[in-house]
Amino acid sequence: MIPNPTQFKRDVAREVHNTTQRKNLKHVTGLIRERRNAAFAAIEDGEGLREIGKAIKQESLSRLPELLEQLESNLTRKGIQVHWAETTDQANQIVLEICRRRGITQVIKGKSMVSEEMELNPFLAGHGIEAIEADLGEFIVQLAEKPPSHIIAPAIHLNKEQIAELFEEKLGEPYTVNIEEMTAMARRVLRGKFQSAGMGVTGVNFAIADTGTIALVENEGNGRMVTSVPPVHVALMGLEKVIAHIADLPPLIRLLCRSATGQSISTYFNWISYPRRPEEKDGPEEVHLVILDNGRSTIYADAELRETLDCIRCGACLNICPVYSRIGGYSYSSIYMGPIGKILTPQMAGLETAGHLTGASTLCGACVEVCPVKIPIPNLLLRLRQEANQPTAAGKEIVKGAGSKRSSGEAMVWAGWKVLHSRPAAYLALTRLAGLAGGLLPQRVGPLKQWSKFRKPPRPAKRTLHQLLKERPHS
Amino acid sequence: MHSSNPSTYPAKPEQVYFFGTCLVDTIYPEAGLAAVELMEREGVQVIYPMAQTCCGQPPFNSGYWEEGRVVAAAQMALFPKPIPVVVPSGSCAAMMHGHYPHLFQDGRDDEQAAQAREFAARVFEWSDFMLNVLAVRLQDQGPPVKVTYHPSCHLLREMGVREAPVRLLEQLGQVTYVPLPEAEECCGFGGTFSVKHSDISWAMVEDKRRTVAESGAEVLVSMDCGCLMQIGGAMAKAGQNTRVIPLPQFLRQRTMEGANP
Repeated sequence: MIPNPTQFKRDVAREVHNTTQRKNLKHVTGLIRERRNAAFAAIEDGEGLREIGKAIKQESLSRLPELLEQLESNLTRKGIQVHWAETTDQANQIVLEICRRRGITQVIKGKSMVSEEMELNPFLAGHGIEAIEADLGEFIVQLAEKPPSHIIAPAIHLNKEQIAELFEEKLGEPYTVNIEEMTAMARRVLRGKFQSAGMGVTGVNFAIADTGTIALVENEGNGRMVTSVPPVHVALMGLEKVIAHIADLPPLIRLLCRSATGQSISTYFNWISYPRRPEEKDGPEEVHLVILDNGRSTIYADAELRETLDCIRCGACLNICPVYSRIGGYSYSSIYMGPIGKILTPQMAGLETAGHLTGASTLCGACVEVCPVKIPIPNLLLRLRQEANQPTAAGKEIVKGAGSKRSSGEAMVWAGWKVLHSRPAAYLALTRLAGLAGGLLPQRVGPLKQWSKFRKPPRPAKRTLHQLLKERPHS
Repeated sequence: MHSSNPSTYPAKPEQVYFFGTCLVDTIYPEAGLAAVELMEREGVQVIYPMAQTCCGQPPFNSGYWEEGRVVAAAQMALFPKPIPVVVPSGSCAAMMHGHYPHLFQDGRDDEQAAQAREFAARVFEWSDFMLNVLAVRLQDQGPPVKVTYHPSCHLLREMGVREAPVRLLEQLGQVTYVPLPEAEECCGFGGTFSVKHSDISWAMVEDKRRTVAESGAEVLVSMDCGCLMQIGGAMAKAGQNTRVIPLPQFLRQRTMEGANP
């Protein structure tokens, strides 16, 4: 998926009128928000917990190179094989080579946004390997031949009737909107796959450096199956997921579960520490961890933008975003959508490709209030807008594609604006004139045309505040 | 933020500066005049430097920081005395209070950066200042009316002013304050967003319009004229006849002798 400004405009124009999707999104994001708020209200110091979460992430990131090395050495010592991938291509190749070496033709997956980032499923399919999603939401969007439309709830844009139709069409099951029956249908398909798959693939919520442990939260038990039934387990993580100590984990898990689903703890919590040991009867014979960069180290290099990497992928910012709920996840044409996607994707894909996403925000800041690690998303959007629009010498870019969004037309508008607003005499003359000419402003072209589509245009006042105050009898 | 830490509120001053904002100056001057007069009624002398223009937020938000910086620097120079600068807009106040230090803090001019920090600390949003510094007590002179309030995002989240506008409304004996459903959701204005992303802006304001209708209010007030231009403009186009008015102007009208709004 490659974001594109023209496509974005087109998709948005269509999706704002998709009343079914808007209703589905409003309903479910509203429910999750209520649960999230209740979960935070139920603990003594939710705000303090967010401060702790932020501090842990900041501390971990400040020691990132050292922690990654420590993680590698501790995992290796315990028999978990660590692989480094600078690009998604390299990460895909690593997975493919393991499949080839073991003669694997079927892969079962737990939820992993990094695997979406790699577009792993189509890649494996191209090499004759079938990858099946075991998370129910992911299973549904896979049937629909779509990527997830939400970080935590992949099929959030669909209601149960739409899912029932999908199951009827793709699984040949009788139409039912009984959720238990529908879940049973998915389970029947997946049980067989768990048995026959040669590899289980999962994401990673946190990787603990000092113990060499991979932590994975989930609610359906599919993660437990994927990491324990197939003979090979491959975990995929972005390099920002490492934390220093096992003691850092509880606050982050408390924050993640509360923020993502309003749970105090997820139904399943998986610690992955070793491949199967000689005395053990089950578990994978091989465990691999693939650590992916894909632009993260560039983000890391800038102290302000680094906060982007604090994200623990809870999706709370999507659930509260007034833009996301009106355009849906697919409009972004980006694996990471919503507020976090608007800061992450332009930095990973480059501003020339995804810079337009930074503009699709009113900077309302609702996301900041719920972010468990307090990422200042609007401030980072402002910074990225500046990076996109500033003339930047080749080789001096801090963000990929810096300066690529600068247009001579817009630059001229703001240059003119600057002259007008830094010369009071010019400003006074023009604002007075606007008042006199108020009704005569062109309304069929430019910004006023866009404005007037569904709003009555503002009319300049006959006398400005400058005039009113100057002319007051007693001043 | 001032409001999150009451100890940072100064004692009632003799003089204040007023930064009217370009939008109030050109589209809603009556709101600016009302804001000035209500402060004067509390015995405060209001200084309005005539050379003021705009806080610089439009280019700043569009990624043109240098242009914003030039205009911001010109504004700061007009408010040299160590007295409060009161702004009748959550968004423009947030620009000056929250973003100026950041805008000037890039190491190119340390003196200007220090000036920006000193200036920013003196910037107050009008409703917060009226309630928490001037401790105004309003006497309602108008007939009974149901009023709702749209909290603008930047007033709410960047200035941290959640209560002040409602507390002021509640001082009016004949005014019934009715809460706005989903009040804290953005109206979809967002400055240039409103025209650059007019489809999303439309979807957002349509929901805002619906909640205003659901509230049953006859009047909608807010501290940000951008939001009022957005919500009021959409209502006018759709023929929804809720009265839309900036809070200072509403309070001024309600508290005048023989008020009949």
